[in-house]
Amino acid sequence: MTAPAHVHAAPPQSFLRKYVFSVDHKVIGRQYLDLALVAVVTGMVLSWIMRFHLGFPDTAIPGLGKVAPTGAAGGVITPEYYLELMTMHGTIMVFFVLTTAPFAGFGNYVLPLQVGAEDMAFPRINMMSFWVTLLAFLVLVAAFFIGDGPPLSGWTAYAPLSAVGKDAGPGQGMGQTLWAFSIAIFCIAQLLGALNFIATTLDLRTRGMSLARLPYSTWAWFITAVIALIAFAVLMPACILLILDRVAGTSFFIPAGLVLSDRLQPHAGGSPLLWQHLFWFFGHPEVYVAILPGFGIVSHILPVFTRKPLLGPRVFIACLIAIAFLSYTVWGHHMFLSGMNPFSATLFSVPTLVITIPATIITLLWIGTIYGGRLRFTAASLFALGFVSVFVSGGISGFFLAQPSTDIYLHGTYFVVAHFHFVMGVAAMFGIFAGTYFWFPKLFGRFMNETLGKWHFWLTLIGVYCIFMPMHYLGLAGNVRRYSAFTDDYLKPLIPLHRFITIAALFTGAVQLIFLFNLFRSRFRGAKAPDNPWEATTLEWSTSSPPPVDNFGGRHPVVTHGPNEYGVNDGRGRDYIMQAAD
Amino acid sequence: MAAVMPPPPLTTRPTATVTEAPRAQPGRTGMWIAIATISMSFAALTSAMVVRQSGAPDWRHFHLPSILYANTAVLLISSLTLEWARRRSAAALSVTLGLGLLFVAGQITAWRELSAQGLFLATAASSSFFYVFTALHGLHVMGGLGAVGYLLQRRLVAGRVAPTTFAATALYWHFMAVLWLYLLVLLVARV
Ligand code: HEM
Ligand SMILES: [Cu+2]
Repeated sequence: MTAPAHVHAAPPQSFLRKYVFSVDHKVIGRQYLDLALVAVVTGMVLSWIMRFHLGFPDTAIPGLGKVAPTGAAGGVITPEYYLELMTMHGTIMVFFVLTTAPFAGFGNYVLPLQVGAEDMAFPRINMMSFWVTLLAFLVLVAAFFIGDGPPLSGWTAYAPLSAVGKDAGPGQGMGQTLWAFSIAIFCIAQLLGALNFIATTLDLRTRGMSLARLPYSTWAWFITAVIALIAFAVLMPACILLILDRVAGTSFFIPAGLVLSDRLQPHAGGSPLLWQHLFWFFGHPEVYVAILPGFGIVSHILPVFTRKPLLGPRVFIACLIAIAFLSYTVWGHHMFLSGMNPFSATLFSVPTLVITIPATIITLLWIGTIYGGRLRFTAASLFALGFVSVFVSGGISGFFLAQPSTDIYLHGTYFVVAHFHFVMGVAAMFGIFAGTYFWFPKLFGRFMNETLGKWHFWLTLIGVYCIFMPMHYLGLAGNVRRYSAFTDDYLKPLIPLHRFITIAALFTGAVQLIFLFNLFRSRFRGAKAPDNPWEATTLEWSTSSPPPVDNFGGRHPVVTHGPNEYGVNDGRGRDYIMQAAD
Repeated sequence: MAAVMPPPPLTTRPTATVTEAPRAQPGRTGMWIAIATISMSFAALTSAMVVRQSGAPDWRHFHLPSILYANTAVLLISSLTLEWARRRSAAALSVTLGLGLLFVAGQITAWRELSAQGLFLATAASSSFFYVFTALHGLHVMGGLGAVGYLLQRRLVAGRVAPTTFAATALYWHFMAVLWLYLLVLLVARV
């Protein structure tokens, strides 16, 4: 905190300082992205195992019996192991993919460039934030190898199951403790990161970069950082209380008279609902931490590829701010089924419906931006368009969940699974893909292969719709979520649909190999890219690709224009004006 | 769709204007952000305490160890001495450091008094919150002591401290005092 960014007089020399313990925001951003890549592959493999079991409950998965001798003896997974996989899948995806990639990863790499700074405000704190995130990840994954496996209480870790320890089931001993520590550590890392994002945006803007001229992606990261700062500041003490309940015998979340595994638990007076309140006070804002960077990326990319200014830039920013505020008033909509009185349910339902207004306005701004534009179809712009599609598809189901009367039926079903995978999972992933195809030339000075990129887009788009659209139907048919098998009579007719979804999921997973191949190949073999290949206006494109250690090679760019100057006549035959023209 | 639309007309070039860069004081901004976060964490714990207390009939009131009031005085005085240290006195910095350490020692004494009465972390919800609040505040104070120690070392070794570094540390240290006053009022009212 006490050492603001200093001028990098000489670039760091040693390998360690340059690539590993680097304070350069660009290296840190890439480290975050690499971590997210490892995490997303892990999370996806877990989801394949789950999906396979749901579609083909009696078929053994070759080799799985060796990896998990207790959880999947003979290759067929047990219900407990299913829950363990589900918990790890959700936790890894929400925290280590959807938070680290779009927010910490791209934000770190691009934000300082876009405001014209040499680095983040506190480079050493920034470095620490990455290493602490990595530590959190390792602690979480350790649950696979230590004790009796990962926890099974879901990514929301509802008490009292998550608070009592071993008696609550396999993985609820050491595994759940590791989970709680991991998340607490993760909170620290994200708080450090958010601090840097905010201070850098406020204080390190270059000459001429007024707030009104901030690129929309930077606006989104900035507002996301403000949301994250408050959300993680609440989750962290909640995790501390959870850890104390688990290891120190306190009773914050554990009520009296709880009998588990035939043993009366030695706790009294705690409130399981208290955990839900604390968790969702964090949890709902967290879903915006996952998605708002995607909003920013899409709003940044659409003007570039439609050659039109973003429609209503000020409205867009006002809507982001409105979402940030409202996101703290709606957490109870995750708790309609908790025995909450109908009056409180209404109090949470109304702001939930209100928050759809700014989200809808933003969607309309995007559509208005596309309308009449001269669209250039690239992998990046396709994923940005795809983002709009899946976000709308997922958002619509939110209206049904926002009303207690319908949510009471839908809450425990696949309808919710469909909702949040579209609106958060797939949408945020599309934002990540769009950002990857878009900024890859800046990161490495080379293009990703466009043909492969387009195949990747179309097959993924079809795949995700095949996976998640039918889940709405499953939910309406009463198919409960978090079950490992559907043996009840009323569920049996749904098994063919599950099989279809499983095949779609395996297919979509395989399609991602195209992306991985493209990513690694283009890094070394991709076509060479100029500094500003997409003819964009913002500052990251007015430096070399990749940028030098101090970003602008000793220059301090002077910003003369806003980020939105597309479709103009610059007097020299170009239809855009860069923010730091000349 | 795009193909059937006529391309939008190109508008003429907007004129260039330049505004000044913000006056960069990341140290101060960063500290205010940190203060906001820490406040939020303690607000969350406060609401947890209120919910826990009203949710079950097992809340147990106990007398706060009276040494807490002495500790409060020590911490407030250390804030004053830090202000004196602003005018480049190393002695005042050492006094601040000493008082800070005394505060931590005093808090530990308060814990010992409580445990001597049989009130431990897990004894009752009220004592749980007491230990959690004081321990978390104490940890933050120790972080602040690290910063004050750094200032002292700079002043003794390098002869001077960057004013921005001093200002950020002072801001944090005063915040620690304010936070403690808040916690004391909360504990007096509730425990
Ligand atoms: C159109 C606006 C939205 C509305 C009205 C809405 C409403 C809801 C409601 C009421 C629930 C609770 C359902 C239940 O558990 O019974 C829910 C769940 C969820 N929503 Fe949304 N939502 C909206 C947008 C979003 C967005 C933008 C995201 C993420 C980027 C998101 C992510 C989630 C997640 C992750 C869950 C499930 C959490 C869990 O139980 O594991 N939602 N939504
Ligand atoms: Cu929500």
